Amino acid sequence: MTATEPVVETDVPTRRISVTVNGERRVADVEPRLLLAHLLRQGLALTGTHVGCDTTNCGACTVLYDGTPVKSCTMLAVQADGHEVTTVEGLGTPSELDPVQEGFATEHGLQCGFCTPGMMLAARALLDRNPDPSEDEIRWGLSGNLCRCTGYQNIVKAVRWAAEKEAK
Amino acid sequence: MYPSRFRYEAPRTLDEALALLAEHGDEAKILAGGQSLVPMMKLRFAAPGVLVDINNVAGLGFHEETPGGGLRVGALCRHVDLEHSTVLPGAQPTMAAAAPLVADPIVRTRGTLVGSLCHADPQGDWASVMLALGGSVVAASRRGRRTIPVGEFVVGTFQNALEHDEIAVEAVVPAAQGVRSGSYLKLERRVGDFATAGVAVALESVSGEIVRAGIALTGVGPATIAATEAAQALVGSTLDPDVVDRAAELAAAVARPRTDHRGTADYKRHVVATFVRRILTAERAPAGAAA
Repeated sequence: MTATEPVVETDVPTRRISVTVNGERRVADVEPRLLLAHLLRQGLALTGTHVGCDTTNCGACTVLYDGTPVKSCTMLAVQADGHEVTTVEGLGTPSELDPVQEGFATEHGLQCGFCTPGMMLAARALLDRNPDPSEDEIRWGLSGNLCRCTGYQNIVKAVRWAAEKEAK
Repeated sequence: MYPSRFRYEAPRTLDEALALLAEHGDEAKILAGGQSLVPMMKLRFAAPGVLVDINNVAGLGFHEETPGGGLRVGALCRHVDLEHSTVLPGAQPTMAAAAPLVADPIVRTRGTLVGSLCHADPQGDWASVMLALGGSVVAASRRGRRTIPVGEFVVGTFQNALEHDEIAVEAVVPAAQGVRSGSYLKLERRVGDFATAGVAVALESVSGEIVRAGIALTGVGPATIAATEAAQALVGSTLDPDVVDRAAELAAAVARPRTDHRGTADYKRHVVATFVRRILTAERAPAGAAA
């Protein structure tokens, strides 16, 4: 082995999983301790899912798991076997953004953008449950997602913007 | 951060899960919602050799009323199921008040009530609520089932009374002796932070007179605290102001908070008294005079 070769342990038992990610079936051999966030980012190169605090606080890693928002740093990749995962890459397309994405762009619901993918997926799940949330309901609904730039004002506006667009 | 290596098992039936526990003993750990266990494994506070994921076991996600105003909550009933429950409002006011205050909205989609009881964190909301309600945990093993009162189930900080081969399969709220009322209040610096202090009050009354009361405290001691004397002071009363004041004092007296970055011990004790008074005063208001 040369110094440049990665150190790979070959005797570690892995498990074959099949996950539908953004509508596409993906198969991977994973160690049970691999976190869902790392399967997405490193295994599938979907780096839109951000790992912020890595301690279940910040919500930056939020993805939809069978349509329900979860913190992907706090789930094992093996738990996604047979399930559907939606990341920010699957929320919309550049030519056809999800109304939540349009709302964040229009209302400037971000500054650095680090919390934005998780924030938007949590907002998507919120609107799916409650299509016409009040400001208070939006603030409570997104309270598992932390933003350190915006003070949340424009994020709330962005979600309202999306709600109003979808009501039309 | 990664957990230590472990063997992963995802049984499809409770019998299979129980067999795995019987085989692996204290090497094995049950994974339900995982919202406390996975972070602890990532921090290497927990390093089980075998992880038994029960999320594929059917029939554990329920919560349902039982005759006489009781409730059963299955091991995979998530906080969010209770938050949006059609069963709890009216029937279980203390639980209905607590459900939206547990952790944060994303954690609530995975975490479970039974898991929270098992985790036995003194900051956990459900242990206080279930203690106030006089609830129990049903533990299953290949040897059979037993019902453990929550007061005996939570034996210390992060310690529960389960044997190594047992799974907590459900939590039970007993039938009510009267009309239920009560609430849960929690002070936290921000959503998702550990509680500075929390108070659960569960009352049962007949014609306005309290026939059973439970008060329990979150985050103000090394384990969830039952304020038994405070609750006893309410029985037989109609929550007159002097009785409410007495209960608030007694509850604050059994709190054993520590001064930390969330506040001084005196402050937390004051919060406990205030919350007890606030809940009881609100309970009295509808039945009392308009004044």
